[in-house]
Amino acid sequence: MKNRPLILSGLEPLVITPSSNFVNVGERTNVTGSRRFLRLIESGDFASAIEIARDQVDGGAQILDVNMDEGMIDGVKAMTTFLNLLAAEPDISRIPIMIDSSKWEIIEAGLKVVQGKCVVNSISLKEGEENFIYQAKMIRRYGAAVIVMAFDEKGQADTLDHRISICKRSYKILVNRLNFPPEDIIFDPNIFPVATGMDEHKRNAIDFFKTAQWIREHLPHAHVSGGVSNVSFSFRGNNRVREAMHSAFLYHAIQHGMNMGIVNPTMLEIYDEISPDLLVHVEDVLLDRRSDATERLLDYAEQIVGDQKVKKVEVKAWRNEKLQNRITHSLVKGIDEFIEIDVEEARQSVTKPIEVIESHLMTGMNVVGDLFGSGKMFLPQVVKSARVMKKAVAYLLPFIEAEKDGKQQAAGKILMATVKGDVHDIGKNIVGVVLACNNYEIIDLGVMVPPEKIIEVAIEQQVDIIGLSGLITPSLDEMIYIAQEMKRKQLEIPLLIGGATTSKAHTAVKIAPEIKSTVVHVNDASRAVTVTGSLLNKEFSKTYKEQIRSEYESFREKFLDRQETKEHIGLTDARKRKFQINWENFTPSVPNKLGVHCIENQSLDELIPFIDWSPFFRSWDLHGRYPDILNDKIVGEQATDLFADAQVVLSEILENKLLIAKAVFGIFPANSIDDDDIEVYSVEDKNKVNTTFLTLRQQLKKREGKTNVALADFIAPKTTKKDDYIGAFCVTAGFGSDELAKKYEEENDDYNAIMVKALADRLAEAFAEYLHKEVRTKHWGYASSEKLDNQALIKEEYKGIRPAPGYPACPDHLEKNTIWSLLGVEEKIGVYLTESLAMWPASSVSGYYFANPESHYFGVGKITQDQLKSYSKRKQIPLEEAEKWLRPNLK
Amino acid sequence: MTAIEHALTDRILVLDGAMGTMLQAYHFEEEDFRGTRFKDHPSSLKGNNDLLSLTQPEAIKEVHRSYFEVGADIVETNTFSSTSIGMADYNMEEWVYELNYASAKLAREVADEFTKKTPEKPRFVAGSIGPTNRTASMSPDVNDPGFRAVTFDDLVKAYSEQARALIEGGSDVLLVETVFDTLNAKAALFAIDELKESHYSDIPVMVSGTITDASGRTLSGQTVEAFAVSVSHIPLLSVGFNCALGADQLLPYLRRLSMTTDALVSAHPNAGLPNAFGAYDQSPKEMADLIAHYLEENLVNIIGGCCGSTPAHIEHIAKLAERYKPRKRSISV
Repeated sequence: MKNRPLILSGLEPLVITPSSNFVNVGERTNVTGSRRFLRLIESGDFASAIEIARDQVDGGAQILDVNMDEGMIDGVKAMTTFLNLLAAEPDISRIPIMIDSSKWEIIEAGLKVVQGKCVVNSISLKEGEENFIYQAKMIRRYGAAVIVMAFDEKGQADTLDHRISICKRSYKILVNRLNFPPEDIIFDPNIFPVATGMDEHKRNAIDFFKTAQWIREHLPHAHVSGGVSNVSFSFRGNNRVREAMHSAFLYHAIQHGMNMGIVNPTMLEIYDEISPDLLVHVEDVLLDRRSDATERLLDYAEQIVGDQKVKKVEVKAWRNEKLQNRITHSLVKGIDEFIEIDVEEARQSVTKPIEVIESHLMTGMNVVGDLFGSGKMFLPQVVKSARVMKKAVAYLLPFIEAEKDGKQQAAGKILMATVKGDVHDIGKNIVGVVLACNNYEIIDLGVMVPPEKIIEVAIEQQVDIIGLSGLITPSLDEMIYIAQEMKRKQLEIPLLIGGATTSKAHTAVKIAPEIKSTVVHVNDASRAVTVTGSLLNKEFSKTYKEQIRSEYESFREKFLDRQETKEHIGLTDARKRKFQINWENFTPSVPNKLGVHCIENQSLDELIPFIDWSPFFRSWDLHGRYPDILNDKIVGEQATDLFADAQVVLSEILENKLLIAKAVFGIFPANSIDDDDIEVYSVEDKNKVNTTFLTLRQQLKKREGKTNVALADFIAPKTTKKDDYIGAFCVTAGFGSDELAKKYEEENDDYNAIMVKALADRLAEAFAEYLHKEVRTKHWGYASSEKLDNQALIKEEYKGIRPAPGYPACPDHLEKNTIWSLLGVEEKIGVYLTESLAMWPASSVSGYYFANPESHYFGVGKITQDQLKSYSKRKQIPLEEAEKWLRPNLK
Repeated sequence: MTAIEHALTDRILVLDGAMGTMLQAYHFEEEDFRGTRFKDHPSSLKGNNDLLSLTQPEAIKEVHRSYFEVGADIVETNTFSSTSIGMADYNMEEWVYELNYASAKLAREVADEFTKKTPEKPRFVAGSIGPTNRTASMSPDVNDPGFRAVTFDDLVKAYSEQARALIEGGSDVLLVETVFDTLNAKAALFAIDELKESHYSDIPVMVSGTITDASGRTLSGQTVEAFAVSVSHIPLLSVGFNCALGADQLLPYLRRLSMTTDALVSAHPNAGLPNAFGAYDQSPKEMADLIAHYLEENLVNIIGGCCGSTPAHIEHIAKLAERYKPRKRSISV
């Protein structure tokens, strides 16, 4: 019998006859297959997304597959907008569209905007005949051809018999009952991976070929298609093997009757050009020609990956264990290589995909939780486990949504946010990931979240707990404000407080009294899990909350008692006890380069030696000093692994210049005046005051002989008539870090997303250290003969200091504004200050330079009302405003 | 098999000519368009030719009669713009059903008069479904190519209302015509298919596209073949072209269409191309001579005229068509 052609159309027709060559479907305009396309759609850059479509057409695609199935985008809207825009591009819309979605409403949205005859990809008997018939009928009414997946109520067909029976049944319904033109039916009989190491996968390719042939022989006029890249899933990372495998697979599939398919043309070797040796190995696997075919191909693959820097693929012993053991192993070890294969296998063994999460994955994560709880696993490992878990869940999600049985029952909903004005989120992200691993649903509102939004979302989403994070001191006030607002809105849910600047003291004294709900200070990820668990445990949460409340109450009382014991002196007395420098005998060193200077694009490689790694390990809850930590008895192994992973990301950053480091700094003539302030003069005219830095003075009552220091003490007073100098700087290594972190997040890789931010922080600190050295030895040059190694630098064995506003020597964040205007920071390098005076990008450091050899770091500590009044007067701001900014230091 | 399908098995059927051209001769003014019924209607109604089915029914019947008298087998209802979308310009959306129903009824009455006189030559009514004045796959705003002035759903709703009234008013066939945007036509076909399923009817459907210029494409950019493929999903009585071009310019596209489709083929070209004043001056004989090529080449099953054609043109064409055999359906690949 002569087969009728499949005829499709864009602006031009596409006629697919039995004598047509294989029809190639362009697959890059697919958010599930192309990360770049996904990013463009997510960011609304449809113009660039259209260019991807154009490249596909130019590259020879005969049909354009368009897929918008991604949880974060509005698929209906994206499909409609993209196809509408495509319609305006005659050189693209000349070819037919394949509307690809697992969601019927997205398919329908696509069908409503395309004038030509499309292909719908896909429908199946998965949800039963009624649904299948309805969709097929509608597709016909809209005027499209259809891809039918070999999927039925029992699941996705993975044997020859099951494939054939589904195709036969689908065909009968379509042709006999719906009068669907058989030439408009395209079967996708499921291409599954081969060489997975499992016996039941050995016949995956051969079964596909046989099904294709059976369809061509028994289902007149119908066509056969499939997504080819699936077959080489096990060889991800080894493109040479993959390309050869795709070509060989296609070669045989076409021989058996497959006549269209989704293939990435760049991942295709020409069949005749595959080296004969490789071809034999590949075909042995595809055609299941020998029992050791997989092992032989794996061995062979190893030989040819040498020059490709690709991890070798090997059949590990644990791959032969039972399914649950393999899944647990992947989760505990943080191996994501096989998780999708295993989860797919699990999915086929259960009636509802959600059960894979509830049983297989949770069983594995419980093991992770136990090991973490008992200190046998460390934070970086847990985050890696989370990455595997996320990948597994992401894989299952489309199936779960298709089942419409809703989401998995989470143990609780937790809202997380970095408060308004603050941009730091490493800690928050770690806690979020760890809680997510413990089956909590995390609603992460990100950074700089206004209180109204936190409360609105908390109410709307009915969250069980709110977690607030912040690094800079103004964030403490924000947290108090949020607590007050929660009370006002009668939102009685527990509040978790975390972040570098927070403390149990502040939480107990300032936040907890504001609110009826339980407030807990949680400063590390492992504690977050136990606290959350206790707060949400039905049986003992009440007792736990009472415990916490009484614990915080007694802590508060003790704290306040202790407070009273510290004595402070008045500002006038404190000034009398200022730090004395013998200015008579001191001549300040004259800087080589006065004025403001910029570094536009600092080489990152140059900064590496200046990195202080110890804080990096601390951010991952691994405590100890680098490099000793690598050999630490308890955390050494973990620290070593973490350090190795960090080096991988770091070298990627360096190689591809993924972060951009910039700096602006300046050195100016200056004198201190009225004890506590520093006048900064114009470089050209010493009589012109450019700006004034205000410093804060210690007021703690000290024993005789000890001084009450302020930074102004390190600058020669105007009365000495000595020309002195002060410097200021801002460095950043944060440009690009958000984008890179986001890229990892999109890949469900929180581990590396957090890693990127932690590294950017380290690079910014290193840059500050590097620039300080450059200033000491060159630009200012007061220490031109200095020779210090990195350890000495970290120990601050140099002369002069670089204190940063917001830190103990100068806790006043407002001075950042002064630095910003003095140096023109934002205009020159783009680092800006938020309303709470946090720097954006977050990985930035700013501060002053003091060159006096006697200058040193100290903490201002608590100040009293008289200094506050004096400060507000000098700063010319209302007392309330001064109080707001200095509150953390007020007695 | 319906009567019209039966008639098409052994002869070429002749479609009528222009309605608008004929109505111009009446020189209707605003008050004639309004009649007594719409004398207080808030918007101006002059130019709303479809409304004349309600306010000047005798004139409409007269035009239908004039075409049947010269040998036309099918007349088109006076409903080219009678959708809620087209009538929005006159604020007459609420009379859409009535307009279509009444127009179909008028044509039906006249057709039945003639069938009674010559039962061996039964006359038919084609419910005319125009393209509306909006495009579903093109943006009216060059600066915003993703924008659409009308959605598929809007069109389905509008066409559904029109088609139902045309069927209930007694049409023998529905004619989705002057298709310049295939997506609009697909919406009409969607609506009709839905109606046919839920609504008892097995009324045959004709689709007639418009090739706008010498590029050989529809306004929405499709080639002849792509257009034919894109409307092939619903069983059609015929597919063809009308309007925009004269009979000679249309010939090459008709040839291509005839090779592509396995449905019957229709054509109702304009009486040449409009002159500088927008009038058509191709004479009946000139037009018939050009159409003779269609018949010689055996390209069509249904033939008629569009803009500028009059009963005199149709008379020539009808006489010509009698002498030729209709095109045979053929599946060609």
